[in-house]
Amino acid sequence: MSKYNVIGKRVHRVDGPDKVTGSAKYTFDMVLPNMLYGKILRSPHPHAKILKIDTSQAEKLIGVKAVVTGKDTLGKKQGIWRRFPELCDEEILCRSKVRYIGDPVAAVAAVDQDTAEEALDLIEVEYEPLPAVFDPLEAIKEEAPQVHEGVELNINVTRHIEWGDVDEAFKHCDHIREDHFKCSSQAHVCMETHCAIASFDHAGRLTVWVSTQAAYYMQVLLADMLGLREGDVRVIKPPTGGGFGSKFELDAAQFCASVLSMKLCKPVKIVFTREEEFTASKRRTPMYYYTKLGAKKDGTLLAKEVRVITEGGAYTGMGATALYLTGFFSSFPYKYPNYRYDGYRAYTNTAPTSAMRGFGAPQAVFVGESQIDMMADDLGIDPIEIRRKNGMTPNYEVPGQATIQSCGLHQCLDKIEEHIKERGTLPPNRGIGITAYGFMSGGIFNWFDTPYAFSAAVVRINIDGKVDLFTGACDIGQGSDTTLSMICAEELGVRLEDVRIHAADTGICPPDLGAWGSRETLMNGNAVKMAAADAKRQLLEFAGAQLGVNIVYDLDIKDRWIHLVDRPERGVSYFDIVKAAIRGRDGEAIMGRGHYTPHRKGMISPAFSFGVQAAEVEVDPETGKYKLINVTTAHESGTVINPVGIEGQLEGAIMMAGGYGFCEDQPMDQGKILNPSIGDYKLIRSLDMPETKILEIETYEPEGPFGAKEAGEGLTNPTAGAIGNAIYKAVGVRITDLPITPEKVFRALREKEKQGT
Amino acid sequence: MKQELKLTVNGQPYELYVNPKTLLVEVLRDELGLTGTKRGCESAACGACTVNLNGLAVKSCSILALQANGGEVLTIEGLAQEAQLHPLQKAFLDHGAFQCGFCTAGMLMSAKGLFNENPSPTVQEIKESIDGNVCRCTGYNSIIRALTAVAKGEYKESR
Repeated sequence: MSKYNVIGKRVHRVDGPDKVTGSAKYTFDMVLPNMLYGKILRSPHPHAKILKIDTSQAEKLIGVKAVVTGKDTLGKKQGIWRRFPELCDEEILCRSKVRYIGDPVAAVAAVDQDTAEEALDLIEVEYEPLPAVFDPLEAIKEEAPQVHEGVELNINVTRHIEWGDVDEAFKHCDHIREDHFKCSSQAHVCMETHCAIASFDHAGRLTVWVSTQAAYYMQVLLADMLGLREGDVRVIKPPTGGGFGSKFELDAAQFCASVLSMKLCKPVKIVFTREEEFTASKRRTPMYYYTKLGAKKDGTLLAKEVRVITEGGAYTGMGATALYLTGFFSSFPYKYPNYRYDGYRAYTNTAPTSAMRGFGAPQAVFVGESQIDMMADDLGIDPIEIRRKNGMTPNYEVPGQATIQSCGLHQCLDKIEEHIKERGTLPPNRGIGITAYGFMSGGIFNWFDTPYAFSAAVVRINIDGKVDLFTGACDIGQGSDTTLSMICAEELGVRLEDVRIHAADTGICPPDLGAWGSRETLMNGNAVKMAAADAKRQLLEFAGAQLGVNIVYDLDIKDRWIHLVDRPERGVSYFDIVKAAIRGRDGEAIMGRGHYTPHRKGMISPAFSFGVQAAEVEVDPETGKYKLINVTTAHESGTVINPVGIEGQLEGAIMMAGGYGFCEDQPMDQGKILNPSIGDYKLIRSLDMPETKILEIETYEPEGPFGAKEAGEGLTNPTAGAIGNAIYKAVGVRITDLPITPEKVFRALREKEKQGT
Repeated sequence: MKQELKLTVNGQPYELYVNPKTLLVEVLRDELGLTGTKRGCESAACGACTVNLNGLAVKSCSILALQANGGEVLTIEGLAQEAQLHPLQKAFLDHGAFQCGFCTAGMLMSAKGLFNENPSPTVQEIKESIDGNVCRCTGYNSIIRALTAVAKGEYKESR
């Protein structure tokens, strides 16, 4: 029997009843009295000077209440990297120049959406088109147009990671491979598009309801951009319809709604259209990869060198972190004694690229795991074996970067090996490809002015025993409200239904960096556990006094029963003690406080999850069409807090990561995204979805709450690589650029035939 | 010129005057405040706005409100009977068949349409019934498991 009463149990999500009955009110659904509707006018040019904006005709339209342009702003540039002003490069409402098709130039507030839309057509913008550059390899040439003034060769950020002596190590390798890969873009496709309602009042306070994954960031960034005190900006996150990395930056919906609301002192709502969502809400970073891998004959990997140029698009966004993490995760999950990475992010006149689930790692894993299979093939070694030989183990230190504590990679390899055996001999044109991967449990690095990433929580026990949990964690669907409520209930010794969570409202919740980098289970989880323990300790003081127990006996609470640990039958009801304790404090509720910061835990993350995935495909050699038959994942994420949640993350990631490998793409012509609709942007739907299987691996992470760690984002890493490797196994062709379309497979098959191999 | 629209939504008759170009989803969300029905695209491609019209699953963004004149509409708000959740809703809760929840109303109403026609669909029929509904979170399989459980009669006793 589990030693836990709440965690590890299959529970209903705490937001479940609201979501299955349509009662959950998203920002998209909200209407406030006196509310106006905003729309954004965007640039049709990839690169142009703004000569003149005439809003007079739009302002005259009946029903239009305000039109704003860059002149109505403080003219500041926003960016999440507040410690590096040169990386704060986005005005949002452009004043003198536009840098991509979709860059906002004006915004309108009107009595209804149709009027706002009509007003956009009446705004006259005079542009002087400028030469534009779309490909990062072109952008870094001397003669390329400059996207941002004073940025040499359009290089926005560079990153270097190195350990060991790479050049020397290559001299000792028996076999070296040098390969090039190209990783495509991907749209987040949140079902709820970016939207916000901003309401500024005459007392100078701004309240913003927003579909976001980082309410605290929005509070701070809005205050800065609008010249308000942070304390006068309250950001509230209602239920949010997906984020996947696209919703932790200040976006045009929030900013323009706020600027309009401050002008009018009325609530203003802006909802991105689906087209805006595709063209102007940032996207996954396309990357050109060069990678050199050196091994001994027996498969020991001695050295790896990686050079990457990424397509930055027009602004920095979170792209610098994607550049860093793709470099770090290119070394994962192996013990390279010698490793070197150089990454360059180039500005281009395309939609900005930024964070997306996996944050640079899916690209790294597609490239790295394709190349490892190529190396294994060259050396005549089994793909499982080469990974086993080089894979990380517990307590491994990535030189100068991170310490791995728990690591179940080898158990995952064993499970996947068994799975492949179980599948038996496959019919012709079928293949199983594998990838090994890992991911962080929250980033240690932080872009704000605070030295560390942090989480905090407050637990309040009320006189009836109901517990209010306050956290800045942002549930965007991944289930943090449920997971954190479970951690709180377990630690405090109550039932899940005793906990009511209040999350991501900066007016009442402690500041928190939000949902990115798979940080909430570990970081918020630790903070919540500490806050619950603090409240519990206070209760036990009263309980100890009332029970009159000798100090040598430990007290604990389980399932609402406060008892002696050694004699569980001797105890008292949680509810009775709560009542007595609060009465004894003249009505003051019991408050517990908790916090967590990964102090002195390396550069990247305090803990890492690991996994191995096997994808099985069936290829039609005539057409290149292929079908995903089965995707089986052995994933270890420490103690499983919320098993239903993990299943959902695993299977959902396969839809998104499989899509990255299989069909999702954003083709462009002269900077214009050609498929900005759900009909044209091909996603995996229910009929394309493969059978999915999850193989549980038990580990315990000392740094995590109850031994838990990451279980959401890392799962986006393996699938594209596994598909590529499976296609190679099935029909012997290697596709090195994403997505792996039937057309590419078809062409590679014909090429292979031509060469008669 | 507005025209008269009579329809029943979740058992409640309504008489409204609507612009001929008004979509059914606009009437439901904006006129009647039934915001459980979502909108995820402008191209009838995502299925988030799916409701039942005369028992059939339809995308309420793809038909004019006047096309529903005289019809009976069931939205997500009408699926539960007062405090009693519908078997489909219970199955979704048990199987974790949603995450962000934005597509959930559409999924449930597509499924309701299927079960209206066919109380014991096969897995393939279940997959086909929700192929027009995009879910970016779950990867569909938990939804398919939930619906399969209902098809097998596992939730019979609850209604």
